[in-house]
Amino acid sequence: MPRKRLRRGATPMAKPDILLDFSGINTYYGDLHALKNVSYTIERGEIIALLGGNACGKSTTMKTIMGVVKPATGTLTFDGESILGLSPAQRVMRGIAPVLEARRLFPRMTVYENLEMGAYTRKKGADYDQDLERVYSLFPRVKERRNQISGTLSGGEQQMVAIGRALMARPRLLCMDEPSMGLSPLFVEMVFDIIKEINKQGTTIFMVEQNASMALSIAHRGYVLQTGVVVLEGDARDLEANPLIREAYLGEMKVDADAE
Amino acid sequence: MTSGDLFLQQLINGLNLGAMYSLLALGFTLVYGIMELINFSHFNVFMVGAFIALGVLKLMGMDGQTVILSGLPLIGVILVTFVVTMFATGMIGVGIERVLLRPLRAVTGPAAMILTIGVSYILFNIILIGVGGDTRNFANPLPSITWAFGGANLRLRDVLIWFIAIVLMLGLTYFVQYTKLGKGMRATAQDPEAARMMGVEVDSVVGLSFFIGSALAGASGLIFGLYYNYAKVDMGFSAGLRAFTAAVLGGIGNVPGAMLGGVLIGLIESSSSQLIGQAWADVIIFSILVIVLVFRPAGLLGRQAPNKS
Ligand SMILES: Nc1ncnc2c1ncn2[C@@H]1O[C@H](COP(=O)(O)OP(=O)(O)O)[C@@H](O)[C@H]1O
Ligand SMILES: [Mg+2]
Repeated sequence: MPRKRLRRGATPMAKPDILLDFSGINTYYGDLHALKNVSYTIERGEIIALLGGNACGKSTTMKTIMGVVKPATGTLTFDGESILGLSPAQRVMRGIAPVLEARRLFPRMTVYENLEMGAYTRKKGADYDQDLERVYSLFPRVKERRNQISGTLSGGEQQMVAIGRALMARPRLLCMDEPSMGLSPLFVEMVFDIIKEINKQGTTIFMVEQNASMALSIAHRGYVLQTGVVVLEGDARDLEANPLIREAYLGEMKVDADAE
Repeated sequence: MTSGDLFLQQLINGLNLGAMYSLLALGFTLVYGIMELINFSHFNVFMVGAFIALGVLKLMGMDGQTVILSGLPLIGVILVTFVVTMFATGMIGVGIERVLLRPLRAVTGPAAMILTIGVSYILFNIILIGVGGDTRNFANPLPSITWAFGGANLRLRDVLIWFIAIVLMLGLTYFVQYTKLGKGMRATAQDPEAARMMGVEVDSVVGLSFFIGSALAGASGLIFGLYYNYAKVDMGFSAGLRAFTAAVLGGIGNVPGAMLGGVLIGLIESSSSQLIGQAWADVIIFSILVIVLVFRPAGLLGRQAPNKS
């Protein structure tokens, strides 16, 4: 695969350096139309926030990118190549890794085994050791707890393991589904700091969040999803200032689907 | 025989039965752990395994109790029989999963379980038509070496059965605990969707659990033959039900639980048949099944909240 990428890299790409292009996607669960002609473009190096209320298709977006949910129509390219035909395993190998909603650690495996699962598609070796050290240095607590059964950790500790597990795939795109959900304010702060740090180290981040103010404060750009439709998108600073966002996500009121 | 001798003899017999039930119970538990499917075809994969073993022994010239081997030839014959039988039943399990169950993977509800009942009858009838319904004498090339402990007899056969069961169970434990594929299996059992997103290929994990479970059923069928010296087309039902009870007793989906449950069921069977008569053994075993299901549905070693967290 790296060989293929080099060859592609030799041909000049379109000006914005697009890492993931999610375009005109329609996803269904039976009769339920969960994503309605949805498009996102994610450039290399960005932090993108995906905002939206409950059950509007945020997790479906993440699962569509990971390949556990198949869209009916639309295109999805990573690094300029379509990944729609690839299995989740192949997508992980290309460099996409998930931090799942509600952590979803393997509860009866140890912390270390969970980290190993993050590197499931890779061989162990110098790179693996290096990534393990990176995770341990980002999260000293994870190192301390490495032999503990992960189901016995606190929510905040589990989130650190979940992020560490994703980093073990050495991803170029990290897809995070509500990383701050259910965490105490202290951990929320810490998780957002870590996300910024991981991004600084070179990983592109696509992050679903209900905590809109925090998410927009670290994001470069954002999208707002409402019942399967992207109703707003733009620069994070503009979104923060947008009155609709201020009402709906930074305050409490609802926006009409046709408010766009 | 003193009561002490009787106890010792029951213990020896019970551990043989326990070895057989444990290996068979592991197949139920592995498949259930991965797919939450009770695989009733497992009963008759075990039976087919006994007939394959019988055929392999016959091919190597073993017939009835007439040919007795020792030393290297004995080890070779036993080893070849186990390996060939286990590989063959393993492949039968893979075939059942690949051809019949995989198309039903996305179907919720009891369809897959009912299908396995059908497959069980197909295997039964294949053997019934191909081999017949009579009791077949199972070749046993083991010399009748016996060590007496008071009135109790420990035979070479018993030691061999225990040795093989222990090697297989240690091997399985190592595989599940320490190898990459084993970890992929455990992760899939704990959260299949998350495991897929880590890059575990669920199809290969499911196929692997069928292969291993069915291979162990083959070993169990061979142990049945060595212990009882016969094979018969209907042997799968009572042994299978007892092994299933063992899996439930230990906590279905739980690997050490299936091993423990199998040994307990074996000991219960041997002691109840000696103390109060063979006819009561099944009454006691299935009462245990009912009691466990009512009062401790997660089994002895299972998690008490049987949810998929
Ligand atoms: N596996 C599924 N089967 C059927 N419907 C689903 C499934 N997953 C999600 N949905 C439905 O799709 C919609 C979007 O869900 P989801 O993407 O999880 O929302 P969000 O993450 O934004 O809360 C919801 O109405 C939800 O009920
Ligand atoms: Mg969600």
